[in-house]
Amino acid sequence: MKYGVNEQGYYGDFGGAYVPEMLYPNVEELRQQYLTILNDPDFKAEFNQLLKDYVGRPSPLYYAKRYSEKYGANIFLKREDLNHTGSHKINNAIGQILLAQRLGKKRIIAETGAGQHGVATATVCALKGIECVVYMGEVDMERQAPNVARMKMLGAKVVPAMSGSRTLKDATNEALRDWIANPVDTHYIIGSVVGPYPYPDMVARFQSIISFETKKQLFEHTGKELPEYVMACVGGGSNAMGMFYHFLDDESVRLIAVEAAGKGVNSGHSAATTFLGKEGVLHGSRTILMQTEDGQVVEPYSISAGLDYPGIGPQHAHLYKIKRAEYASVTDDEALQAGLLCCQLEGIIPAIESAHALAQLEKMKFKKDDNVVICLSGRGDKDLNTYIKYFNY
Amino acid sequence: MSYEPSNNMNRLNQLFATKGNNLLSIYYTAGYPELNSTLDIAEALEKAGVDFLEIGFPYSDPVADGPTIQNSSQQALDSGMTLKVLFEQLKDLRKRISIPILLMGYVNPIMQYGVERFCKQAAEVGVDGVIVPDLPIYEYETIYAKYFKGNNLSNIFLITPQTSPDRISKIDDLSNSFIYLLSSSSITGGSLNVSDSIEAYYTRVKAMNLKNPTIIGFGISDNATFTKACQYANGAIVGSKFVKLLEEDNYLEKIPAFVQSIRPIY
Ligand SMILES: Cc1ncc(COP(=O)(O)O)c(C=O)c1O
Repeated sequence: MKYGVNEQGYYGDFGGAYVPEMLYPNVEELRQQYLTILNDPDFKAEFNQLLKDYVGRPSPLYYAKRYSEKYGANIFLKREDLNHTGSHKINNAIGQILLAQRLGKKRIIAETGAGQHGVATATVCALKGIECVVYMGEVDMERQAPNVARMKMLGAKVVPAMSGSRTLKDATNEALRDWIANPVDTHYIIGSVVGPYPYPDMVARFQSIISFETKKQLFEHTGKELPEYVMACVGGGSNAMGMFYHFLDDESVRLIAVEAAGKGVNSGHSAATTFLGKEGVLHGSRTILMQTEDGQVVEPYSISAGLDYPGIGPQHAHLYKIKRAEYASVTDDEALQAGLLCCQLEGIIPAIESAHALAQLEKMKFKKDDNVVICLSGRGDKDLNTYIKYFNY
Repeated sequence: MSYEPSNNMNRLNQLFATKGNNLLSIYYTAGYPELNSTLDIAEALEKAGVDFLEIGFPYSDPVADGPTIQNSSQQALDSGMTLKVLFEQLKDLRKRISIPILLMGYVNPIMQYGVERFCKQAAEVGVDGVIVPDLPIYEYETIYAKYFKGNNLSNIFLITPQTSPDRISKIDDLSNSFIYLLSSSSITGGSLNVSDSIEAYYTRVKAMNLKNPTIIGFGISDNATFTKACQYANGAIVGSKFVKLLEEDNYLEKIPAFVQSIRPIY
């Protein structure tokens, strides 16, 4: 694959495994084993069976008629919101729990922002009867309270991350610290295409099911495998990478990634990483991150907990730098309005994360016959409080 | 007492050449508890008999550190500590302090400062070595090593109970002053727990007859843990326990008694 990872774990200038020696054996074990395990017929069979019977895949590719009329193109929604647990995060969680089992791990840790990855991880741990600890920023525990309750019902222990901005980046720090202290029996299920190599590649492979299905489904709808546009929101970038994966080598397909601008790119309250960031190291990989001149990580802001992250995965940094994908940004207000529009035009309440991708439709100039696929990465149940407050329902 | 590095022997190499055991090193965070306390603390520690120092430059997201050092780092950042400020403070380092000095911190601030500029300035002010926990061997060898070597700075690698013998040998080859032996796989600020398996690990490393001396760190907090560590290595490093002392009033005056409590001189 032209845009894939090389042997050293790099995508162009980005990637690698910048981890302290304490984490080296864990990461090295994964590096040595992940491809063998992922290619094992037994693994594949169990993965595919669970995706079908437990997650409910394939997720529909829905032709959104009223959106299409409004925006003057054929708009399709890839319905990851219909997955069990309500988002694309479950695809990766299923893959990693099966991997962890094959590595003989007895305990699972995870970080979560919106709580979707935490819920997905708690779910697969319940499924397999494995102990689960989820780190979540204290601020996020408040704004995504229903997901905290869900994780607890599923048997996970939820530990508040109290350092820094008390959001996703700090939850990730705490999970890494836990992994340092528990190097032998614990597997860390990272929730996005971030972290040291091989995580970005491994998570992208698990999420690539999104674009794999889309190609076939689009052919059934239109007689063509390739759309003109593929769009997705980017926190760390896993739903976007899953949505882009099988289109990367099809250079005619325009890949649009949408970041969270928060209160505006230049407001000082934003998470629009490619607009505000510089190259550096975050959470184990060389990537683009928001930072001060002195190399301190800047605390991001977005109303969407899942996009409130100061970096992006290294493969995104690469696709951005070489211009294979285009990176846009959408504010809190634009996203919430787009979320409401989706309810009213299509009868779907989207996650606020996904609503960022939908909001970008307003800014695009399509031709009449363009086929456009948007990853509807999750459902909005977890965000009802935020929607209710914003629109005064 | 004052010695200048010569023949590619920096102060660290000279220290290990002249004193082989019971070495005591102290870690603390630059700019904590006060922005300008960095050198005063160094001076007090040297006077109290400490053999070498690790001065941490703060980072916002120190994943290898526990709450004590996280907190000192955040406070130092809030007070305005940056690498630029630190090098400014260290201008007079060698007028006041003669023991070896290491800088310790995470890779991103070095990257933003520019590794070449960082190494050059570190050497200019009289720093002897650098510890960068999240700088991988591959990137060290391919990018960083030439700047470290060109400025006669030792790069200190860490090993843990999980590090394989092959990797320990490789680290021994790449090292040129000492190897930092972690007492367990943990973040800073834990307690030294000498279980059978840890004892086996120390013994295993000792039996490898490495060319570099070893210093044990993480969880060294009193005379008992220091003495234990010195049975297996050439010395030990105290970090979080000392940073906690800096939270107290009149911390400078308390330094001699603190050092005495770790390694009594009778
Ligand atoms: C529904 C949904 N979409 C998107 C994201 C952002 O993550 P990523 O960029 O990895 O897809 C999240 C994260 O929590 C999410 O819950």
